[in-house]
Amino acid sequence: MGSPAQSESGLPIQPVYDGTSVAGFDADAKLGSPGRFPYTRGVYPTMYTGRPWTMRQYAGFGTAKESNERYHELVGAGTGGLSVAFDLPTQMGYDSDEAIARGEVGKVGVAVDSLDDMRTLFQGLPLDKVSTSMTINAPAASLLLLYQLVAAEQGVPGDRLTGTIQNDVLKEYIARGTYIFPPQQSLRLISDIFAYCHRELPRWNTISISGYHMAEAGATPAQEIAFTLANAKEYVRTAIAAGLDVDDFAPRLSFFFVARTTLLEEIAKFRAARRIWARVMRDEFGARNPKSQMLRFHTQTAGVQLTAQQPEVNLVRVALQGLGAVLGGTQSLHTNSYDEAIALPTQKAARLALRTQQVIAYETDVTATVDPFAGSYVMESMTDDLEGAVLELMRAVEDRGGAVAAIEQGFQKSEIEKSAYRTALEIDHQERTVVGVNKYVLDEEEPYEPLRVDPQIELDQRERLAALREERDGDAVLRALDALRAAARGTDNVLPPMREALRLRATAGEVAHALRDVWGTYVPHDTF
Amino acid sequence: MNALRQRADLGGVAASSRLRVVIAKPGLDGHDRGAKVIARALRDAGHEVIYTGLHQTPEQIVATVIAEDAPVLGLSVLSGAHLTIVERVRELLAREDASDVRILVGGIIPDADVRLLEAMGVDAVFTPGADISGIVETVDRFRAELADAQGAAC
Repeated sequence: MGSPAQSESGLPIQPVYDGTSVAGFDADAKLGSPGRFPYTRGVYPTMYTGRPWTMRQYAGFGTAKESNERYHELVGAGTGGLSVAFDLPTQMGYDSDEAIARGEVGKVGVAVDSLDDMRTLFQGLPLDKVSTSMTINAPAASLLLLYQLVAAEQGVPGDRLTGTIQNDVLKEYIARGTYIFPPQQSLRLISDIFAYCHRELPRWNTISISGYHMAEAGATPAQEIAFTLANAKEYVRTAIAAGLDVDDFAPRLSFFFVARTTLLEEIAKFRAARRIWARVMRDEFGARNPKSQMLRFHTQTAGVQLTAQQPEVNLVRVALQGLGAVLGGTQSLHTNSYDEAIALPTQKAARLALRTQQVIAYETDVTATVDPFAGSYVMESMTDDLEGAVLELMRAVEDRGGAVAAIEQGFQKSEIEKSAYRTALEIDHQERTVVGVNKYVLDEEEPYEPLRVDPQIELDQRERLAALREERDGDAVLRALDALRAAARGTDNVLPPMREALRLRATAGEVAHALRDVWGTYVPHDTF
Repeated sequence: MNALRQRADLGGVAASSRLRVVIAKPGLDGHDRGAKVIARALRDAGHEVIYTGLHQTPEQIVATVIAEDAPVLGLSVLSGAHLTIVERVRELLAREDASDVRILVGGIIPDADVRLLEAMGVDAVFTPGADISGIVETVDRFRAELADAQGAAC
């Protein structure tokens, strides 16, 4: 007999599982019914038998105007969920005309500098009818307030707005790198957002706690879930410490994970994550509202598994990844385009990615029954094994003083980087097969013509900013930014003065700089 | 002629010695998996690696290269801003009389841009799926070339 295979998390996968693998398995305690504690089988009783998951494709286009045209097309075609990708200067709290933004304006998403841009972005779209997901973290408060201001101009009140801001800064320190302020100040801003939304935007998902980017940085499935849930616990503690009741904000927490091609482990991962979170919320934080105990999540297929070589093969990878997310019970899904290891996706590739989800939804039978793998020897064994590995890693984070303390010690980042390096060496040493890269390679790759972003966008955006600074009441903006600084120095919620500054057409960059003045910026201890 | 040779002298490059390599993350992109994997691989191959950390301006990167006296610079860019950034880095290196610093670029780089980058004076471009040993071999080759250049100068 050979030795058992290893999962991506380094756990053994036995060649055969049987009844002895799940001896003493207590189905009531471990699974419950779909839509019931501990939600292992899914957060809703009917899951996709009623309607499929939300197909939510993340996309950004250079300018607010182009994006607006695209959103009109999508809404016209029946899409109810928009997903906004911002360019890197916007994500980092810089205006398009700052030196550090050179070459980056409009590249990986839309540039939004001010109320003017946000108004253009959502011109003519009924904000009481669409739900909008914004991938924005460190400056999430500014972008959310700009959205609210545009809605108010349309006559749509805050309590009618639905959508999500990513707003998960802790994972930025661990993996994605678009942080601005130090962790404690970031947490304060996030709990200000929770409190503000509870009052003003009660239907808004205030945070999407993300393991996706950790996975892209190299985290194993167990690390992905453990570090994400550890971050989630830090947010919950912060909000409770700020005086919020757990059931006032926890129903609005949502999560974001990856789906890899390793189907079985991924399905087990999603099931284990739901079970762990339900117990954490009920038993550690005393959440009573079932919605507070439900781990609702968005999934994106693993970009890092896509290859630049023979890129069409990525279509097949994405189909398998998406299938895993669906079998794992995701609430919404983004499927990547097959050309993303080469450049930003073309329109055709983006359409194929959506079609892949539609095939899973409408041409397979996996939506006909809830949690189809429940009770399978291998699935329940792998779910249990992963749960154990995740809980152990979550304890390791707690032992270091919780997620923030562990981040400051570089714990999660260094664990993830070790995993990434291991994977890279395995590929290099042919111990891990990547089709088209280290096996089944072509002598010569076919040429591929990727999407290009027009450099004119940067110039246009600078001109728009120059005009804005000319037109607005500069003194009023300065006073409003001073009021924001004062709130940041004290303990008042910073969102009301921030909203006033943005309404007066302060730029998102100016708002971020005002907070930098008071809170400073985060400088990591980078080692490798 | 010849900032590189002077630096090589200072760095004491010999065929068997290690090379000092600056691995940099220019611009606002925060995805540093590739940069860190390459940094580790070069270190494990015996080179001395200085990692700049995230969000570096071209000015900061060139200042690091000069201060560290590094004959090799690796730039990791995944945001699509590679042409703007490399052009600026080359400009600043020239201003420091350091145009002979070898430049490697890694990231999501379309084929046509690989040729543009090479025309700009980039020594090698690595895209997703590039094998680590190939990257290490490239740096080893630089080391051999530098040692030869130094030998010739002696």
